Amino acid sequence: MTVPLHDTAPSPSDPSVPALAVHGVTHAFGARKALDDVSLDVPTGSFTALLGPNGAGKTTLFSLITRLYDNRSGAIHVLGYDVRRQPAAALSRLGVVFQARTLDLELTVLENLVYHATLHGMGFGAGRRRALELLEGVGLADRAKDKVRNLSGGQMRRVEIVRALMHRPRLLLLDEPTVGLDIASRAALVAQVRELVASADIGVLWATHIIEEIGPGDRIVVLHRGRVRARGSYEDILAEAGTDELGAAFLRLVGEETEAA
Amino acid sequence: MSSPSPRFHLPLGGYLVVLAGICWREALRFLNQRGRFLSALVRPLVWLFIFAAGFRSVLGVSIIPPYETYVLYEVYVTPGLVAMIQLFNGLQSSLSMVYDREVGAMRILLVSPYPRWFLLVSKLLAGICVSLLQVYAFLAVAWFWEVELPPIGYIAVLPALLLTGLMLGAMGLLMSSVFRQMENFASVMNFVIFPMFFASSALYPLWRVQESSLVLWWICTLNPFTYAVELIRFALYGQFEPLSALVVAGCAVVFLGASILAYDPSAGVMARRGGPENAR
Repeated sequence: MTVPLHDTAPSPSDPSVPALAVHGVTHAFGARKALDDVSLDVPTGSFTALLGPNGAGKTTLFSLITRLYDNRSGAIHVLGYDVRRQPAAALSRLGVVFQARTLDLELTVLENLVYHATLHGMGFGAGRRRALELLEGVGLADRAKDKVRNLSGGQMRRVEIVRALMHRPRLLLLDEPTVGLDIASRAALVAQVRELVASADIGVLWATHIIEEIGPGDRIVVLHRGRVRARGSYEDILAEAGTDELGAAFLRLVGEETEAA
Repeated sequence: MSSPSPRFHLPLGGYLVVLAGICWREALRFLNQRGRFLSALVRPLVWLFIFAAGFRSVLGVSIIPPYETYVLYEVYVTPGLVAMIQLFNGLQSSLSMVYDREVGAMRILLVSPYPRWFLLVSKLLAGICVSLLQVYAFLAVAWFWEVELPPIGYIAVLPALLLTGLMLGAMGLLMSSVFRQMENFASVMNFVIFPMFFASSALYPLWRVQESSLVLWWICTLNPFTYAVELIRFALYGQFEPLSALVVAGCAVVFLGASILAYDPSAGVMARRGGPENAR
C-alpha cells in the first residue's frame, strides 16, 4: 500500500518525540479502578500491541487518549502535546478506530469519509481527493459510491482505517479492530496496518486480546486489571516469561496475578 | 516530555468547514430517511385533520391576542402543532445522538480537534435546519386546510423557530447526558413530550385552563414549552411577544450551557459514567 501520509502535515520539531507517551495514568469510575499507574510509549514508526484480556482497561485508556473524558492523574502526550492542556493540537494528530462500528450505514463510503474530513477542517474537495487516494491504497476505490450497509465486515474496517488516516495523523489507535472478522480478513487487516507503519512512519497502538496478531519485532505492552504487567519488545517479553511462545508468556505474566487475587 | 510544544491554533475557516460538514451530513441522512420525514409530517396533520376538526364545535376560542377575530380551532392549534414538530425533532435528534446506533457517530464527532461546545452547537443547528423543512411542509399543507396566515407570518416565524428549536434541541441534549434511564424514545414520549405538550397553551388558551384548575394553570405558566408556542403564535401573525422571547432565549442559554458542561471532558457525566458506550 502506498499512502502519502504526511506530505503536508507538520512534522514534530524533535524526531525523538514519541507518537504517544502515557505517564502514570490512574483512572477510577467510582470505587472501581479501571487504570492504575499506567505508563507506556509508542515511538513514531512502531507497531505497539496493547495486549490484555477483556476488561483489562484498554477501552478506558483509549477514551482518555481520545479525550472522551480527562485523566485525573498522570499525563498523556500525543506527539509532545498534552491531551488535556492542548487537546486541539493532540487530537489533530491522532487517528482512531473504535471497537464499535462507527460508520454511518445509510451513507456511502465517500460521504462517510468526506464528513470526517470536514470535522477536521478539511474542505469538501480536498477531503474527496484524499478519500479516493486512500481508498485506492486499500483496494476499495470501486466501492466509494456504495452505501456502507452493503460492505462486508472486513471492508468496513478498512474504510474505518482509511477514515482514521484522512487528516494525516501521526498516531493511529485501533481498539480491537479485528473483532467479528474471519481469519482471512483479520490477517489481511493486520498486514495492511503493518505496511502502513513501515511506509508512512506513523506510530500504531493496536489493542487486542488475540496473540496471533502480534509478531516478532513488535513492541508489546501487557495490560491486566488496569495495570501494566510487562512492557518491551516481543523478544523481551518472551525472555521475561522464560518461554519461547507468546501465548504461554502472556498466561504466565497475567496468570500469577489471577491466582494471587 | 517537559519541553514545551509550539503553540497550535485551529484555522478560523475550519470552523465554517466543520459546521458545513455537520449540516451536510444531516441533510444526507434526511434525504435517506424519507419515512422519518413523512411520519414527522403525518403526526401534526393527524392532530389538525382529526383532533381539531372534532373539537372545533366543542371548544370556542374567544378573541385573544394575536387574533383579531374569532378563529376556528384549527387556526388556534396550528402554532402548537408547529412547536410540537420541533419538540419531537429536537428530542429525537438529540437523544439519538447518544442512544441508538448513533453512539458511534457521537464518538467520531467528539474526536474532532475543534472545541466541543462548537461541535455540539453545530449539531443542534443542523437538527434545526431539518425541523424547519418539516415545519414549512406542515404549514404548506395546513394552508390548503384553510389555515391561512398573513404572508408576513411565514417569514417572521423563521427567527422564532430558530430560537425555539435551539431551546428544545438543547433540552434534548441535556436530557441525553443527565438521565440514565431515558433509554428509549417511548419513555421520553410518555414522561416528557406528552406532559410538556398537554400542559401548555398549545391545545387550549391558558385562561380556559385557569377556569378549570388553578394548579394546572400554574404548571402551564411555568412550562417553557408554553412560551415556545406563544412566541411562534405571535410570530405567525407578524408580531413579537417579548416575554415569550425572553423566556425561550433564557431557557435556551441555560439548557445549552448545562449540556456543554455535561459533555465537558473534565467536569461532565462522561467521566463518571465511562463514556456513552456504558450509558445503560
